[in-house]
Amino acid sequence: MLSPEELSALYLSAKVALFATVFSLPFAVALGWYLARYEFRLKFLVEALLQLPMVLPPVVLGYLLLVLFGNQGFIGQYLNALGIQLAFNWKGAVLASMIVAFPLMVQPVRLSFQLMNQQLDQIAGSLGAAPWKVFWSINLPLAIPGIVMGSILCFSRSLGEFGATITFVGNIPDETRTIPIAIYSFLQQPNGEDTAMRLVALSLVLAFSALIANYFILQKYQRKLGA
Amino acid sequence: MLKCDFHYQHADFILNVELQMQQQLLGIVGASGSGKSTLLKNIVGLLQPQQGWIQFNNRILLDTQRQIHVPMHQRKIALIFQNALLFPHMNVQQNLSYAEKLVSKPERKFHFADIVDLLELKSLIQRKAHQLSGGEAQRVSIGRALLSSPNLLLLDEPLTGLDNKLKQQILPFLKRMKQELNLPMIYVTHHLQELEYLQADIVQLNQGQLQNK
Repeated sequence: MLSPEELSALYLSAKVALFATVFSLPFAVALGWYLARYEFRLKFLVEALLQLPMVLPPVVLGYLLLVLFGNQGFIGQYLNALGIQLAFNWKGAVLASMIVAFPLMVQPVRLSFQLMNQQLDQIAGSLGAAPWKVFWSINLPLAIPGIVMGSILCFSRSLGEFGATITFVGNIPDETRTIPIAIYSFLQQPNGEDTAMRLVALSLVLAFSALIANYFILQKYQRKLGA
Repeated sequence: MLKCDFHYQHADFILNVELQMQQQLLGIVGASGSGKSTLLKNIVGLLQPQQGWIQFNNRILLDTQRQIHVPMHQRKIALIFQNALLFPHMNVQQNLSYAEKLVSKPERKFHFADIVDLLELKSLIQRKAHQLSGGEAQRVSIGRALLSSPNLLLLDEPLTGLDNKLKQQILPFLKRMKQELNLPMIYVTHHLQELEYLQADIVQLNQGQLQNK
């Protein structure tokens, strides 16, 4: 059985990953759609910015988040005045996870929109469907495999997020100590290796389950589409 | 009825159209690359002419001088493409209902059941798009277009890609549509025989210019 500390890390990790996935989703769908369907002058810049979290050291991201959203940060001071605190708080862990995992979510969503037969939009339009209706009734349902895949990748990546999170929100039990941070903490303690190993096994099970769920959901949807 | 006079240019290709459609079925015949699909795409609103106007039943759909451009979904002109593309996440019934539900009940011209009967779709109604043959899919796409209650139906080589046997199966449906539905249609093809079978009035499109045949 899991100890209260382990349970707390598991609960916190799941909560952070779930919120990060849910909050990222509308932005990922909007950006994925826009990048798939439109050409614009500064597209290269948006693409580079989107990929930046994948190549930047996570600690750098965490530090930048602290500079921007810390209690005295450029944006954080105003949020603080409104009673919203992100640094050293589980909500900050959600923000860090969102930023780190966002590129992984956007790419499959974007590919789904890109590979879709755009003649379907034209047909729906000629039948009398307004563009917003075409998006909701044709494009979005057909992008579901990409959206599911992106969400699971985002969720899994958020579960494993360490560097940016520990730099931005620290290592506070029951507040910001997610599974990876708990593993790190136990490895620093004498006789903590057994607990760390149990959490490693738990991480493996969670990540593996998410990827298997992804496989079956995609299979089911592909059967539905006859692909 | 349809009246248009416009100029459309893309790269080296120029399409100059002056057309007054009075008949119920107008057939446009032309070789590949003569601009048949481009003409239909301009009428439906997928492409926009650089200059000119398009009018249907005294309603201006496009006038470049007055900067009027009615978007495609408000034109009430349905287009059947060469390859019968159905919405793959819906079955036949859902494909048909999708079009029907886009029209308010008082504005609906055809009953769902009548179109299903006319095109003999009853046995296909629960099937998914990928479970249909090319000919069946094209019948569904025609039914779907009719249920959107268009004022004008454009058919862009609807039998291309089907073998002769399937063509012979679909042509009678198109003839029945002409006879039983009071719906103006433009049928574009490079097979003159199809238009002769349908007893259409025929004009020829040659290098972007319409000529009486």
